[in-house]
Amino acid sequence: MKTEGQHMQRNSTGSVTRSAGIGIAIVLSATALTSCAGAGGGGSAGGDRTTLTIATVNTPQMSDMQELAPKFEEAHPDIKLNFIQMSESDLRDAVTADIATQGGKYDVLTIGSYEVPIWGANGWLTDLSGPASESAGYDVDDIMAPIRESVTVDDKMYAAPFYGESSFLMYNKEILDAAGFTVPEHPTWDEVAEMARAVDDDDHVGICLRGKPGWGEGIVPLTTMAQTFGGGWYDMDWKAGLNAAPFVEATQFYTDLIKDAGEDDPVSFGFTECLNLFTQGKAAFWYDATSAAGPVESPEQSQIAGKVGFAHAPVRDTAESGWLWSWNLAIPASSKKQDAAWTFMEWATGKEYITLVGEEFGWSRVPPGTRESTYEIPEYREEASSFADLTHDIILAVNPKQPGVNPQPWVGVQYVTIPEFQDLGNQVSQQLAEVYAGRKTVEEALDAAQQLAEKAAPTDK
Amino acid sequence: MVTVDSPTRAVVTSRPSRPSRRTPPDDIPLSGRERKAVRTARLLLWPALAVLLLVTQVPFVVTLVLSFQEWNLLKPGERGFVGFDNYVAVLAQGEFVSSLFSTVLIVGASAALSLLLGLGLALLLDRKFRLQGLARTLLITPFLMMPAASALIWKWSMLDANNGMVNWFLSLLGAGPVSWNTDLPVLTVIIIVTWQYTPFMMLILLAGLQSQSPEVLEAASVDGAGPVRTFISMTLPHLRQYVELAVLLGVILMLQVFDPIAIVTRGTGGTKTLPYLLYERAFIGLDIGEAAAYGVLSVIVTIVVATIALRLLFKIFKAEGVVR
Repeated sequence: MKTEGQHMQRNSTGSVTRSAGIGIAIVLSATALTSCAGAGGGGSAGGDRTTLTIATVNTPQMSDMQELAPKFEEAHPDIKLNFIQMSESDLRDAVTADIATQGGKYDVLTIGSYEVPIWGANGWLTDLSGPASESAGYDVDDIMAPIRESVTVDDKMYAAPFYGESSFLMYNKEILDAAGFTVPEHPTWDEVAEMARAVDDDDHVGICLRGKPGWGEGIVPLTTMAQTFGGGWYDMDWKAGLNAAPFVEATQFYTDLIKDAGEDDPVSFGFTECLNLFTQGKAAFWYDATSAAGPVESPEQSQIAGKVGFAHAPVRDTAESGWLWSWNLAIPASSKKQDAAWTFMEWATGKEYITLVGEEFGWSRVPPGTRESTYEIPEYREEASSFADLTHDIILAVNPKQPGVNPQPWVGVQYVTIPEFQDLGNQVSQQLAEVYAGRKTVEEALDAAQQLAEKAAPTDK
Repeated sequence: MVTVDSPTRAVVTSRPSRPSRRTPPDDIPLSGRERKAVRTARLLLWPALAVLLLVTQVPFVVTLVLSFQEWNLLKPGERGFVGFDNYVAVLAQGEFVSSLFSTVLIVGASAALSLLLGLGLALLLDRKFRLQGLARTLLITPFLMMPAASALIWKWSMLDANNGMVNWFLSLLGAGPVSWNTDLPVLTVIIIVTWQYTPFMMLILLAGLQSQSPEVLEAASVDGAGPVRTFISMTLPHLRQYVELAVLLGVILMLQVFDPIAIVTRGTGGTKTLPYLLYERAFIGLDIGEAAAYGVLSVIVTIVVATIALRLLFKIFKAEGVVR
């Protein structure tokens, strides 16, 4: 009688080993063949065309650039453009991680005026002063002075500004005329708050103010308000001032205004959400970036085009309180495609591009706030008549070295130009979101924020 | 030498001498050839096992090493070994404990809710009706959606405070508009996760329901048990293994949920789960050492919880076949 074990002897003795050996041989040869095929394919994909991977932000102006990319590719058949569009926060995270680890994933970066001085000083970006001055017709001096200053470190220009913005107050003329209000050209925050509370009703909110967490989102307008109330993130000795009286007062003012006359669900509202609300006619006031003027006045994108009024950013103790921001194109210093990248950037930030956008899409979609020459184009002045001169004047009036009442040891308006600010601003904005949701008081949140700011303060500056 | 005790059994009374190494199972003696075959079989497993170990354990070891280092991407010059400093910082000042609590709350509530809803839907689907196939396909669809797409739809179309469908529906019932993200962030995330994972639970429980033997159910009804009694006394015990499997797999998947928090709430209001916290520390804080410490602590907590759950609570891996 056979025992169980003898069943394994049904085949001839070494056949298990032999079939195993055959199996291994097949697998190994298959692997070898696939890797050969891969190597062969990789070799032939090079060719003459350089592909530029461009990390961009999902703003309307960048979407327009993507649509116009075929025009560039026609003029430069040896360069192919590959745009990767992300939201502001995602873009920052991706690009910062890539450049800090020298990942080399992106050939052209879209970075803000916050990152440029820090990364330029770190040596992570290519100095563009040479190529910019050598390129015929680029005209570096045409770029508006405050914008140019914000991307220059030690006379080296580390990025090419693509668009620049400050902030101002937009209002729905229909709603305010119906309520009998006239908005002055240089309003104060108290005036604006009074008007917003008066016109707030079920059909539309009084004012849309950002409340979304993120260091480039909700705390941006709040910081400018705090500065015009006499406060600031740090003083000249890098002592944090987040729970000092002016900052507390400004935060309380901001919170109360949102609660009384602002949008429901403030924690969800950043730039895009407020843009949606305002262009649907559901907000009377909107304090935000000057670059919103284009979409807001464009009939394809806004239901209230032609009915929007503009005023300077509301103030209290300062003459102006607009912020300063620019989106710029830059090249990582370790990139191997420097020439191709500069060819693209020269096109995208040059004078001809502005004209191209104006002719293809309409003059209100032109990227604003970078070049003086833009504000001299007659067609632009006509179509953007309600806001062109105002934007131009506001940007030139910004003093990024001392935007508030008190002096400060960094250059920047709505951010602190230290590397820790991304993290600090993000955490503080999360504390403030708790305040807008009513889960924390202003004092509790700002005390927590003060601790975070004290920990992040640079010790060697 | 073999002596035959009965026509059907052979008893081995003498065994050949064997080396002291015991090879399981010990009660089946193997001859030299068979032992060689077993050894070859094991040898063939080694490449696969080696790749598995490499791919899963090497990243963990690297993370462990990184967690003992101070490495902030924004300060590339300062790198060095700092021992347990990162862990002290995480436990003393970090948000690890509150994040753990958020994770448990969100995952626990979502798992429970999706299990109940999935059970209900599975019971409804466990019968023949016209368009059963269509109904099943529609019910499975949420699970097939990309998590980012579903989070975006919920944020903009459903839970938007001004234009969302949920608020519109509530206004029909007379209830005021609810600011979902600001006032109820944890509930918002739970809703999105439950919506996405209910089909998953439903499918597993449906398999369990359909594996009930019809004769047993018939016998129960012959004995006079109504539908409710049958459900409580016969179906539920039968489903125990399926529930355990669904919960185990569901919790494993839900622990990794990231999109609703990143897209809708951005970590505020008690929704900062462990994955999101890790992401923030690594990609916004850019502190690799600290994020690695968070990662290692998460693994330790997971191992502890999983061990307790699998050894004490879950019968699914203990017995072979269906537990009666």
